[in-house]
Amino acid sequence: MPRQGLFGSSLVKKYWMALTGLFLITFLVVHATVNALIFCNDGGVTFNTVAHFFGTNILIRTAEVVLFLGLILHIVDGLMLWSQNRAARPVKYAMEKGGANRSWYSASMGILGTLILLFLILHLFHFWVRTRFNGIEEFGVDAAGQENLFAVMQLTFSYGGGVVVYVLGCFSLFWHLLHGFKSAFQSLGLNHKRYNGFIAFCGTAFSIIVPTLFALMPISIYFKWIQ
Amino acid sequence: MKLNLKIWRQKGPNDKGKIVDYPVSDVSEDMSFLEMLDVLNDDLVRKGEDPIAFDHDCREGICGSCSLFINGEAHGPGKGITTCQLHMRRFKDGDTIHVEPWRSAAFPVIRDLAVSRAAFDRIQAAGGFVSVNTSGNLVDGNAVPIPKDDADKAFDAATCIGCGACVATCPNGSAMLFTAAKVSQLSLFPQGKPERKRRALAMVEQMDKEGFGNCSNTGACEIECPKNISLEHIARLNREYLAATVTKE
Repeated sequence: MPRQGLFGSSLVKKYWMALTGLFLITFLVVHATVNALIFCNDGGVTFNTVAHFFGTNILIRTAEVVLFLGLILHIVDGLMLWSQNRAARPVKYAMEKGGANRSWYSASMGILGTLILLFLILHLFHFWVRTRFNGIEEFGVDAAGQENLFAVMQLTFSYGGGVVVYVLGCFSLFWHLLHGFKSAFQSLGLNHKRYNGFIAFCGTAFSIIVPTLFALMPISIYFKWIQ
Repeated sequence: MKLNLKIWRQKGPNDKGKIVDYPVSDVSEDMSFLEMLDVLNDDLVRKGEDPIAFDHDCREGICGSCSLFINGEAHGPGKGITTCQLHMRRFKDGDTIHVEPWRSAAFPVIRDLAVSRAAFDRIQAAGGFVSVNTSGNLVDGNAVPIPKDDADKAFDAATCIGCGACVATCPNGSAMLFTAAKVSQLSLFPQGKPERKRRALAMVEQMDKEGFGNCSNTGACEIECPKNISLEHIARLNREYLAATVTKE
C-alpha cells in the first residue's frame, strides 16, 4: 500500500520534522530572551513583569496551545521515523565504524530527543504546572508588588542536583540543535552552495548561544551571582 | 602477508548465517580485495568446501556489482572507491578483517555476501526514465540547448552505479541518495522536466514500499559513495517531491 496522507511518505514525515523543529527553535528564541531578563539583576522585577504579560495575554496563551501541538507532532513524527528506521535494518552489522562517516550526534537524534523530553517533563512540572495549576501566591510578591516567578526559579535552583539536571538538559539540547538546525533546512530542500556555510554557521552559533544562555540561569542563581 | 578473515556465511535467504574465520597467507599487497577472495575461494574449492558467494562483474568500478561491508565500512577503507578498487596494501600483515554483506531489510541476502538489490531496479522502473516517442520523428538530443551547470550536475548524479553503499552505510538504511541521484539526473534536463512531478512521487512511493528507512541527513552516504554523489541531490529530491505533493491534483 502506498503511504499517503498527512504522515504518509518518508519525505512528508521529514517535512513535518523540519517545520515543527524550526517552529520549536523560534519558541526557544522567545523563551531564552524572556528568561534572560533575570540577568537585569533587579530582584526579578523586569522578568516578573514580562512573565506576567506572557502568562496572561490571550494571544500568547493561544500560541501556547499551538506550541504544545507542535511539540507533540515533533515527538510523534520522530517516533514513527525511529520505528521505521529500526525496521529497515533487522540484522545489525557485527562491526560498524559509524565514526568514519558521520557525527555521533547526527545519528543519535532520537536518544538526545528522549533526554530532552525527560528534562522537559521535569521542567514543566517545576514551572508550568506550578504557575498554571498550583499558583505561586506562597512565593509572595517582588519589590514592585508583582507575582514572583523569579522566587520560584530561586527555590528550584537552590539545590545542586536540580542545577546539574538543568545543565545536562541544556547539553542534550546543544547536541540536538547542532544537527537539527541545519538538518531542517536540508529536509526542506534548502541546500545551496552559496548559503550552506551561512546556514551551518547560524546553526552552530544558535546551538551554542541558546543552551549556554539557558544553562547560565540555574548556575547564576545557585551561585547567587544574580539575586 | 597473513590475514585473519572473519566472513559472513549464509547458505540461503532463510538460513540464520554466522561469521566464519578464514586465516589466509601469501596475500600480495598488489591484489585487489576481490582477487584476495578469489584466491581464498580457490583454496576452499580444492579442499572440497563451498566457495564464498559475492557479487562482482566489471572489476573496474563502473558496474556497481561489488559490495561488501569491510571492517565496518561500505566498500572498505578509502574514499571514492568500490570494493574491486580496494587493494590489499590498505591492510597490514596480521590484520583481522571483518567482511559482511549489505545489511538492509530491502536487500535480502541471497547467499553469503551476495544480496538482492532488485529493490533499486523497482525504484528505477517506477519513474527513473524519460518517455520518448520512438515512432521515427526523434529530435536530435543535442538540438536542445542545456545550461552547462545543469549538464554538469546531471552528469554528477548520473555517475551513480546503484551499488547500494548508501543504503548499507546509512544508520537508517535509507535509499535517498540513490533515488535522489536518479531523480536529479533526469529532472535537470529539459527532456526530463515534463514528467518530473510524476517521477518524484512514483519513485519515492516505491522507495517507501521497499522498506528502506528515512533520511536523517547524517551525510554518511555521501562519504561512503564510491562516486562521491552529493547530498545536494537529496535536497533537490526534497524540493521536487514537495512541489509535486503540494500541486498534485
